[in-house]
Amino acid sequence: MRHAKNQMKLYLPSLSINEGLARNAVAMFIAQINPTIEEISDIKCAVSEAVTNSIVHGYKYSQGIVYIGVKYFSDRTIVIEIKDKGCGIENIEQAMTPLFTTDTSGERSGMGFAVMQTFMDKLDVISKIGSGVRVVMTKKLK
Amino acid sequence: MEKIKCIFENKVLTVRIIGDIDHHSARGVREKIDYIIFDKKPILVLLDLSAVEFMDSSGLGLILGRYTISKDIGADFKIIRPSSNVKRILDLAGIDRLMKIEGDDNNEAC
Repeated sequence: MRHAKNQMKLYLPSLSINEGLARNAVAMFIAQINPTIEEISDIKCAVSEAVTNSIVHGYKYSQGIVYIGVKYFSDRTIVIEIKDKGCGIENIEQAMTPLFTTDTSGERSGMGFAVMQTFMDKLDVISKIGSGVRVVMTKKLK
Repeated sequence: MEKIKCIFENKVLTVRIIGDIDHHSARGVREKIDYIIFDKKPILVLLDLSAVEFMDSSGLGLILGRYTISKDIGADFKIIRPSSNVKRILDLAGIDRLMKIEGDDNNEAC
């Protein structure tokens, strides 16, 4: 098992105001290894999607903690883990289908996982009903 | 803090969003834009995204919702001057198949 060159952990209450804090904190951490502007933008977007999912779908606006862990390695690979202890996802395949959303207000695009998939190199979603969701995203910087 | 600036001229409503668009900010922006659309009843809505540095899929939901509302009142709807970050997520979702996107931020068309 290789060792991370550096890592950070951030635990935040599931308040929507923390979405900006989460993505900007991760971006500042990643800035240590000089990513391109495009890479920073991709990572911010992916983090924002995962954290928003935890707040909106995992905890359904109730109180909980969103766990964010970021590591980078000497080969410039970044691993981001975003976890919640919310309700979990019943059907991951369906949730990951572009445009699929359980939201009925018509204001959610259903593109969250598609964004994570497109902007990162690898996306793993692990969930157990009633115990939460763990999203692990990997990206190798240029 | 996100805010919007509106210009209403010759029945054309230009809405300029300033700041990040995410799930947190989308609600306030949405309410303000909808109020103005219903109040002014424009024939064309131009959504100016040149001052939006960051947008995630909540912004896509916001755009699609405002597009639908504009169509409902018989108004045309266009996105103008998206920044390159915003343009990439619009492209990912294929927004250009549904509505016009004019003037990239780097070639001042509007």
